[in-house]
Amino acid sequence: MNVRLYVWQRLTAAVMVPLVLVHVALIFYATRKGLTAADILGRTRGSLAWASFYGAFVITVAVHAGIGVRSVLAEWSPLNERNAGILASAFAVLLLVLGLRAVAAVVLA
Amino acid sequence: MTARGLSHRSSVLWIAALVHRLSGLALAMFLPVHFLTLGLAIQGEAPLESFLRWSDQPLVKLAESGLVFLLIVHMLGGLRVLVIENLAWRDGQKELATLAAGLSAVIAFVLLARMF
Repeated sequence: MNVRLYVWQRLTAAVMVPLVLVHVALIFYATRKGLTAADILGRTRGSLAWASFYGAFVITVAVHAGIGVRSVLAEWSPLNERNAGILASAFAVLLLVLGLRAVAAVVLA
Repeated sequence: MTARGLSHRSSVLWIAALVHRLSGLALAMFLPVHFLTLGLAIQGEAPLESFLRWSDQPLVKLAESGLVFLLIVHMLGGLRVLVIENLAWRDGQKELATLAAGLSAVIAFVLLARMF
């Protein structure tokens, strides 16, 4: 892993610590009396705050997971560094697109 | 590889590094499914509600609490790495790694108990 990727992985990890804590707290809150679509969408629909929170979460997780997957592919698969990078970048883009689509779905629903 | 060459694999910190990597990999594999599920809301509330009712099955709840375990153990493991790399804190790393795994398991178990 080069220095640039190392710094991005650590930076996104640090940013995600509070995001994960809030997300886990929300999971506990949301499951207190069973999870329903009405409850979820009631919280997120039209909410700029949740859109910003989960939008930031998706962007940081896509970068973080992309770099992590690249390391795993480069070290544990027969792929060379270049091909591992290409595959991991494609995976990061997939996460970004699906994640932002999910945020849009629950905020604009 | 000789038995001597494999001896590091019984180290708590080697296991912690492996757990960190495998939990990250499992979370990365889960994320697209998680995003696709939430994306069901594009078609309205009903498809998401239908999926959530399917997820009421005990095995799915068990898997969900397992994912929460992976998320917390990955976060705490990553936090430990950040601490080692950025602060002059080297003592008690084996205890911290064990504590991270234990705390993650307790939180996931509490969630599982709440869901049933």
